[in-house]
Amino acid sequence: MNDSAKAKRILGSWDAFVLLALVAVAIVGALTIDGVASPRFWRFVTLEAIPIALIALPMTLVVITGEIDLSVASVLGLSCTVMGQMWVWGVTSLPTLIAICLLLGAALGAVNGLFITGFGLPSLAVTIGTLALYRGLAYVVLGDRAVADYPQTWTAAAIKPIPGTTIPWVILVVAVLAVVFAIVLHATPVGRGLYAMGNNAEAARFAGVKVRLTKFWLFVITGAMSALAGVFWTLRFASARADNGTGLELAVVAAVLLGGVSIFGGRGGLLGVLAAVALLGVLRNGLQLADVPANALTVITGSLLIASVVGPNVVRMLRERLRRRRTTASPIAPTS
Amino acid sequence: MRTRIRAVAAIAALALATAGCAEDTTTTPGATTGTGEIKSGLKVAFLPKQVNNPYFTTSDNGGKSAVEEFKGTYSETGPSEASPSAQVSYINTLSQQKTDVIVVSANDKDAICGALNEARQAGAKVVTFDSDTKPSCRDLFINQATAEGIAKIQIKLIADAIGADGGEIAILSATANATNQNAWIEMMKTELAKPEYAKLKLVDTVYGDDQDQKSFTETQALLAKHPNLKGIISPTTVGVAAAARYLSGSTYKGKVQLTGLGTPNQMRAYVKDGTVKAFALWNPADLGYLAAYAGGALASGLITGKEGEKFKAGKLGEFTVGKDATVLLGDPFTFNASNIEQFNF
Repeated sequence: MNDSAKAKRILGSWDAFVLLALVAVAIVGALTIDGVASPRFWRFVTLEAIPIALIALPMTLVVITGEIDLSVASVLGLSCTVMGQMWVWGVTSLPTLIAICLLLGAALGAVNGLFITGFGLPSLAVTIGTLALYRGLAYVVLGDRAVADYPQTWTAAAIKPIPGTTIPWVILVVAVLAVVFAIVLHATPVGRGLYAMGNNAEAARFAGVKVRLTKFWLFVITGAMSALAGVFWTLRFASARADNGTGLELAVVAAVLLGGVSIFGGRGGLLGVLAAVALLGVLRNGLQLADVPANALTVITGSLLIASVVGPNVVRMLRERLRRRRTTASPIAPTS
Repeated sequence: MRTRIRAVAAIAALALATAGCAEDTTTTPGATTGTGEIKSGLKVAFLPKQVNNPYFTTSDNGGKSAVEEFKGTYSETGPSEASPSAQVSYINTLSQQKTDVIVVSANDKDAICGALNEARQAGAKVVTFDSDTKPSCRDLFINQATAEGIAKIQIKLIADAIGADGGEIAILSATANATNQNAWIEMMKTELAKPEYAKLKLVDTVYGDDQDQKSFTETQALLAKHPNLKGIISPTTVGVAAAARYLSGSTYKGKVQLTGLGTPNQMRAYVKDGTVKAFALWNPADLGYLAAYAGGALASGLITGKEGEKFKAGKLGEFTVGKDATVLLGDPFTFNASNIEQFNF
């Protein structure tokens, strides 16, 4: 493949489209809405995007394998309440609390993974079940209480900006994790295996990919990452509550799908997903600044979700039709 | 609220203002010029627990009329679901829009603190109403009612409904360990000990757990157990509506009196059919109105939130800042057949 073809492929990709949309929305927003150009706006957008990005990283991998995890926000909520309860019981070391939460998240993810890979149940059904179950357990742990007396040093540290900027430093943690996930997905045999099992699990198994084992660990990792997002959530809002993060799974799934990951599995990448997380954040906060009422925002987010499922599929269909026409015209043309 | 507390460290302007309005607190106020008036052009934003909630629509409309009186710019914004994190995002937006006054009903007393303080550093004044935050995160809290005020009005309403002969009464509460309910019940007992209520006898307290079905069956059981019962007080919106539904479909209708804390929309039918003569709650429109005036006074530098400071709140008159930067709206509002049509929440 020559350079211009490669360039055309990158430019024509959904990833590039989402990135361009992000840049366009940011520029138009900065020009038309008072406040979007300010550093504080980007600080707030980043703070809001961090938990979504943390969960979207493993979710991307899960959806690429053709599965889904809808229990992530409930895992976040349950880990928040357990962190709160542990603090009440006198666990005062932050590393210990984080370790407990991550282990809990991993265990909750393992339960999902076990039902899905061990019993061969559909992930949609299992994780809708655990969505309700884990949220219920969160209410068992804390009821309608809120644990909020964390030391100021912790809560301040969670939202501390990178020196010289307004951007919270936790975004660097997200960036490092994003690089790790991107390398695994895009540059290792494991990553290629994920795409393979998303396209055709049967064929992947015959090709030697450990489908069940890989999926099991993906759910474990998703649980742990959701719990990590829960730790951040608790410290950012200085409040552990059973209803923390309710509905966040929709924001995550919306970003993953808008980012170009096919809901049927086998297609998509992390760049598009991260761009989509940012795009949705900028759009929401920007429209809020422009005094668009909450009801209209919900309609817009819903429409974007539908568009993100339909959009990439339509683009792919059109491209395939175009290619078929071209192949019939010149049978020796290279397929991309 | 209207108790005369000696003004502490009164600013000259404030002293002038209070002296100036001492003889007249009922006329429509607002835009008259002079020292100690609320600045015009203030941006006042109401941030309820959630939008699309009739209670907050009523309170925010009260705020709107106040903001219009002092010639400010009113806006209402907020999440469609009552979650603290969604509220934080709206607080951030308001602080970026350089709003002068944020009037908020908190979904969580701690979780929105950081965002509120950031908004205050950016120059906004924060007034909480209906549901408070930690005192360190806001400039003033507008309290809708005190336990004492609620207890007083409940006993008065049931005594009026039953009439001079008195008789046995019972309480249908929420849960057995609800702090506010128990405080009110204690206060009601104190109130009942007064000589004017000597003919009322509290015979039972039952708990409907703020569940409609349970409150309904508890009412049923209460009437079976106490054949001479003359009245029921249910200081919870769920309980009073369930009890009213039971009474209105039974032979006790009109014979056993009922009052409590309820909302007009839930109670309208029972007031009209004669099951309930009167019930109480605060008037959310007044609550929003007072909150807007308090915010206007803060943003104009007339008050700072110190105990003893006084400010004028339009048609509601003069208010004094109490302990912990709290302002009390006043006695609960009584709803009856003559006024219930004016309310929709």
